[in-house]
Amino acid sequence: MNEQPLQSLDALRARQPRFRGLESGHRACQGCGEALAARLATEAAGPDVVIANATGCLEVFTTPWPQSAWRLPWIHSVFGNVAAVAAGMEAALKQQGRATQVLAFAGDGGTFDIGFQALSGMMERGHNVLFICFDNEAYMNTGVQRSGSTPHAAMTTTSPPGAVRMGKRHMKKDILSIIAAHHIPYAATASVAYPSDLRNKVRRAMDTEGASFLQIHSPCPLGWGHDGSLTIEVARLAVQTGLFPIIEMERGELIGTLPIRDPKPVSEYLKLQNRFRHLFADAYRARKELEHLQAIANRNIERFELRGVGIEKYDTEGADTVHRGGDRWA
Amino acid sequence: MALALEGSQALARTIALCRPQVVAAYPITPQTHIVEGIAKLVADGALDCEMVSVESEHSAASVALGAAVAGSRAYTASASQGILLMAEVLFDIAGLRIPLVMTCANRALSGPLNIWNDQQDSMAVRDAGWIQLYCATNQEAIDTTVQAFRIAERCELPVMVCVDGFTLTHTLEPLDLPSAEQVDGFLPAYRFRHGLDPADPRSLGTLVAPEHFSEVRHAHHQALMRAQTEIEQADSDWAAVVGRHCGGLLEVRGDPQARLGILTLGSVLGTLEDAMDNDPSLPRARFIKLRSYRPFPARALREACAGLDTLIVLERALSPGAGGIVGPEVQTAVIGMEAPPRVHNFAAGLGGRDLSLDLYQRLVDAVLNEARPEGFAIIDADPSLLPEADR
Repeated sequence: MNEQPLQSLDALRARQPRFRGLESGHRACQGCGEALAARLATEAAGPDVVIANATGCLEVFTTPWPQSAWRLPWIHSVFGNVAAVAAGMEAALKQQGRATQVLAFAGDGGTFDIGFQALSGMMERGHNVLFICFDNEAYMNTGVQRSGSTPHAAMTTTSPPGAVRMGKRHMKKDILSIIAAHHIPYAATASVAYPSDLRNKVRRAMDTEGASFLQIHSPCPLGWGHDGSLTIEVARLAVQTGLFPIIEMERGELIGTLPIRDPKPVSEYLKLQNRFRHLFADAYRARKELEHLQAIANRNIERFELRGVGIEKYDTEGADTVHRGGDRWA
Repeated sequence: MALALEGSQALARTIALCRPQVVAAYPITPQTHIVEGIAKLVADGALDCEMVSVESEHSAASVALGAAVAGSRAYTASASQGILLMAEVLFDIAGLRIPLVMTCANRALSGPLNIWNDQQDSMAVRDAGWIQLYCATNQEAIDTTVQAFRIAERCELPVMVCVDGFTLTHTLEPLDLPSAEQVDGFLPAYRFRHGLDPADPRSLGTLVAPEHFSEVRHAHHQALMRAQTEIEQADSDWAAVVGRHCGGLLEVRGDPQARLGILTLGSVLGTLEDAMDNDPSLPRARFIKLRSYRPFPARALREACAGLDTLIVLERALSPGAGGIVGPEVQTAVIGMEAPPRVHNFAAGLGGRDLSLDLYQRLVDAVLNEARPEGFAIIDADPSLLPEADR
């Protein structure tokens, strides 16, 4: 045991002078993927930004008045308008001739569903806004209800499995293809399991003039039903199985992917999470749904040509991997 | 100098004189001509402004909100269904005490679909926490719009300028536009002091728990009540510039000695005044033009009602299942008088129903021999057009 843990934590922090946009001490659950993603994104974005934040966990756990965990100017208005608020801020800053950049933060509900129209309008008008979707695949703030982003067959409180249902009946909305159809300068996916990749994509989006979009896969231990200590492992498996492809697009065209070294079967990802528990019952329909999810992963790997060729620095095993001697790739 | 202008075009030019830095709007009749006019001024380089043509009214209000918190003077306009679609954001703008101005080109609400003038739309957001100013004429709409920016910015409250759709917005008449020097002198450049700035990062719109929420609402209510002073001040200060009053919170017109009063919001006043002036045989009335509906000027209203036996509250909207909307509020205000007038409550001119000169006679006939108010009625409804069961 370290005798002076706090002092050494301070010492550690003193050696990390990098900017923190989201401070510790907020009210997120242990192992919250969204909190980690927001911290990584704001670190990479730097201090000269303003943030519009949709309603959701991120808003609630960071700003219980009179406290706030944000070291950045930040506004929450309502659930479905974050892209429009960000667009208004961008229009104002542009008219004033200021260089401050605008970020819009939303969960998957605020992106795929209730906030989608405003997002589409913002992209169509080409506002210089980076829209970040923290995708935890359900309405977690209200107690785990299914969203347009919830994966097929996942259990939520509004897509429960039962005698005649196997969880969510519908597919996860292919949001990135819809984003791609807007032909914005830059769009990408990222995962909290690959933080350097995530930060690089934020920086790249910030360097791009015009609307950009980043979808960050962010496990929710409470909603997904896994231990808080497994967040990174679960997020990594989503990528390694092909269920969450890590890709980059310019003007709607695919320009890069994170190759998967030796894709893993989807069951390795699914079995860690209670939301897929019903798929492991000894039943015909459970087996069929597992096959279905494997087919979805296979299709992703095929569509984006995700299968890696040998060992690469930038692949699912090489990226963000710390090697002996402290040498880190990517 | 008076120019022959359509109400909407006059408003567009007035708004440009107020130098908004961001304007966001979505098309809806009868508001559209206003933002078309602004878009043309921007396109011609006559106005340095970001014109954001959004994909819905929900986003129009949201863009204006975002622009205001980023330090710009912001403006939007809407009507009818657009007001309802942005209602969620309107409450949020007011609750966050964000100063901006919008025009509501008053129009009926669906269903059934009706695109013509009444005031059901702005009444539906009565409780959003905005200042609501109703204009009786296009000249008042011009002058009130200039004043609205100063009121909004000094009170840190949003202001909705309510202008009767078509009746005012689409009417061509001689109007006096202020000069740029007059408006610039009245409206100095502004920057919202509670806005977002990386040099002084703040969190706005946070989660406020029960232990603080009542205080937030109390402060908002008090700010609106205090705004009465600023509304009167803005009107008198602007009158010193252009030589025209809009009436402050409310204005008493007609025959000040009359025992019969008629309270109106918006443009119907002109019709009633003409009716009375045209026919000396009609009973005389004292008109109360309620300009500030929110904040509701209860004290000024009691003073305006002194000496009245009867007060007709004429509305352009209703609360189905209850009756009038403004009427009960007026009744509540006058009840504290030593000799309160009997309050009769009517709606008329719903969904663009023509408000003809004989409305005055019908109102007078309906109340003059009544010892007690009959309650609420839509005075120009013709039940014979309805099936028996609906009469």
